[in-house]
Amino acid sequence: MAVETSPSTGLGAGPSTPLGAGAMPRASAVAPWKRFFAIDNRFLPPLLITSILLTAHVSFGILEGWERTGLAIVTAIGAELVMGRLTYGAWPHPASAYISGISAGILVRSPFFWPYVLTSLISITSKYVLRFRGRHLWNPTNFGVSAVVFLAPATVAVLSVQWGNVVAPMAVIWLLGTIIVWRVGRLHISVTYVLSFLVFSVFRSWWTATPWVANVAPITGPMYQLFVFFMVTDPKTTVKSVKGQCLVVFLIAATETVMRLNEIVYAPFYALFVVGPVALLVEQWVETRRRVRLQVDLKEIR
Amino acid sequence: MALPLRQRIAWVAWTFVLVASLTAVYALNRQAEGRPVLPDDEGADTRYGFHLKESAKAMGVTFTHQAPTFDAQLEHIMPQVAAMGASVTVADFDRDGWQDFYVTNSAEDSLNRLYRNNGDSTFTDVAQTVGLADLNRRGSGVSMGSVWGDFDNDGWEDVLVYKYGRPELFRNIEGRSFVAVGERAGLPAWVNANSATWLDYDRDGHLDLFIAGYWPDGVDLWKLETTKIMPESFEYANNGGRKYLLRNRGDGTFEDRTEAMGIRSRRWTLALVAADLHGTGYPDLFLSNDYGVSELFANRSGKRFDDVAANTGVGMTPKSGMNASVGDVFNDGRLAIYKTNITEPGNLVQGNDLWVPASARNPAGFENMAPALGVDLGGWSWGAQFGDLNNDGTQDIYLTNGYISTGNRGDYWYDFGVIAGGHSTIIGDAKNWPAMRGRSFSGHERKRLWVNDGAGRLTDVAQVVGATDTFDGRAVALADLGNRGMLDVIVANQKGPLLVYRNAVEPGRHWIQFELEGSAGNRSAIGAHVELHWAGRRQAQIVAAATGFSAQNMRRVHYGLGAATAVDRVVIRWPSGATETIEHPAIDRLHKVKEGASGGR
Repeated sequence: MAVETSPSTGLGAGPSTPLGAGAMPRASAVAPWKRFFAIDNRFLPPLLITSILLTAHVSFGILEGWERTGLAIVTAIGAELVMGRLTYGAWPHPASAYISGISAGILVRSPFFWPYVLTSLISITSKYVLRFRGRHLWNPTNFGVSAVVFLAPATVAVLSVQWGNVVAPMAVIWLLGTIIVWRVGRLHISVTYVLSFLVFSVFRSWWTATPWVANVAPITGPMYQLFVFFMVTDPKTTVKSVKGQCLVVFLIAATETVMRLNEIVYAPFYALFVVGPVALLVEQWVETRRRVRLQVDLKEIR
Repeated sequence: MALPLRQRIAWVAWTFVLVASLTAVYALNRQAEGRPVLPDDEGADTRYGFHLKESAKAMGVTFTHQAPTFDAQLEHIMPQVAAMGASVTVADFDRDGWQDFYVTNSAEDSLNRLYRNNGDSTFTDVAQTVGLADLNRRGSGVSMGSVWGDFDNDGWEDVLVYKYGRPELFRNIEGRSFVAVGERAGLPAWVNANSATWLDYDRDGHLDLFIAGYWPDGVDLWKLETTKIMPESFEYANNGGRKYLLRNRGDGTFEDRTEAMGIRSRRWTLALVAADLHGTGYPDLFLSNDYGVSELFANRSGKRFDDVAANTGVGMTPKSGMNASVGDVFNDGRLAIYKTNITEPGNLVQGNDLWVPASARNPAGFENMAPALGVDLGGWSWGAQFGDLNNDGTQDIYLTNGYISTGNRGDYWYDFGVIAGGHSTIIGDAKNWPAMRGRSFSGHERKRLWVNDGAGRLTDVAQVVGATDTFDGRAVALADLGNRGMLDVIVANQKGPLLVYRNAVEPGRHWIQFELEGSAGNRSAIGAHVELHWAGRRQAQIVAAATGFSAQNMRRVHYGLGAATAVDRVVIRWPSGATETIEHPAIDRLHKVKEGASGGR
């Protein structure tokens, strides 16, 4: 394992998002009013997830209190700042840690405080430890949540129910999320996953002889909103090509289906946990072979 | 490519942090699970000072609950929709000084039973003789529970039987028979209720009635017009049954004051308790709701109720409430609310709530201290009661649990998790729910009996003291069945046998009991607040009607005293508002106290 570059996580939160800072109109080329309203892409995902949390809490009171979510956020940002500073000698941008923390605060369900602290800590630490050739392999929140629900089944669960039944807030979240992933150029990932899920739900319904709508039901919930918009789209833990990205989320949905047929409750998290790193390793292996071949070709030409 | 030394050192450090964090998660989970005390543990059989022995058959109690069968459109999920109805309530209906108990049955045409205490450790079912057996006739609904209270102040405990169907109110005719008076009293024609209680909310001396609907109004579970009868959300459902606050006019009739008093809830209430939780002298109402948040209706001097659940903290987090009971766990006079919920490892971890009134920092609020005290993880928890089972001077908690046990090795949890996440259009329609196909659903669970050490720690000793059944428990009631100065435990199991755990407390542990009779207030003294002071300690208890899940304890209040050989005083705040103090009541005996006639002040 090696650490070479500053890590980041979360959709569009890192310095190398598809649009990244380059998406910001250059100051000299745009009108002042446009500059005023333009938003740095790094801030879009934090804004989205914050709006999700606020909408859900104001509408349905999803949080027992702010303490647990606050703990998760503070832990994530604190760990990111300390680890980033000590590792690279510079303060990292806290946007991605904020997303990890708030995601942990929303997704983790436990009557205890410690799961919120440890999920955030494990999420951030995994970025700095589980790396291969300069890239971290797991989406941090996915790693943290998967690890905690696996190791602490008696005390921790993942959010898995609806936030109320008012369509409007849910529609707003889906709409906002869609616009934002479109803006950062990753809409194809979310759409491919959702379509794959729906197709596989038909198969699951047929295989288990259960109503199709029951098999579709989970994706109508908030857990999947976070999964679809924040986890599978994480630029740091997805492969580079568009086709590859689509293939990977299709494989995630396929793996999830196999797990669901075996009645594994947290199937989407575990599927991403398994498929995501494998896809990155395969991509690195293919790239290495390509580079080696290129070098051989260059030598032959010379 | 070689890394700078700084990054290498950092990597080693963060690896250590990651491994330590993962280890901590595992260890903390194990610790929070709380290992129960087991019979093999050294000294376990004598350490806690009491033992329970299941003695139903020996006492002549041979009752097995039967579940109803609803409309065929619900056949695929019948075990879930017909998962309640086992209940037990205690009352001395014939005033012979021995505690009797009543249990409901729920199959169509099945019979309820009233077990009369013969005073010799045996019981005789007299339900048919007195007219309380045949209440589940087709077309009238089936019994879900009962609650006792002397609504006409004639000195004899009357009973309301609430049902998925027509509520039945019976007047007690001097312990010899019961006469149905519900129609004349003006009770609603049909309520799909799982809970009800007596309370004198306006302190006029007459017991009023609160009935809480569960299934939506107008639903006849035997003749469904639609399958869209399920909760619209697993945690935010607001489409359950309406509530009825029925004021006792004092002439044998009741008037509906629900909306006028500010109660408009349509939540899926499974349990409730009426208790003065704000020290106003008026009973508040705590509703433990399935599929949503709890509700706490603060009584404003009998003139209206305000839902203060969100403001006080008890109604913030939606869970699957199934129990409501109150007890003084810290021996400091504060009444805590114990609300049970669902915990199924690997699927859903709601944790039970123990809402303790907060300190002076927030006197109007409650803090959930269940995790801190270790009484949060109880499986799919149902009825629970506070009571001093080992007479050591502290309130213990007996909890029964388990949802649906079958012989099938499969488990329904995955399918339930899938449908529970669905939007209202999905979860709200029974036809979308995956079929159960005989699978268990949080079945075969071990029970919990948390013994309170008085120092903020409760230890589960169920397995070592004899509470070892694994039936699908629903209701728990505590009563001194043998007038021996100790609390026995009666457990009603869904589709299972009624259990009577006879208690045996080791010698040398003293006790005292009080049986109250109101005069200015309601004669049952329901709503009375009793605070005992002894050996530098104090403990508050209340006289309640419904408490737990579909249950009612004996109306006497029972205090264990430990090794103490004297009591300083008992302070009784009667439902009428009057306060009475009795100095140095004798220990190891029952005191019958009539309001204003005790010689106290």
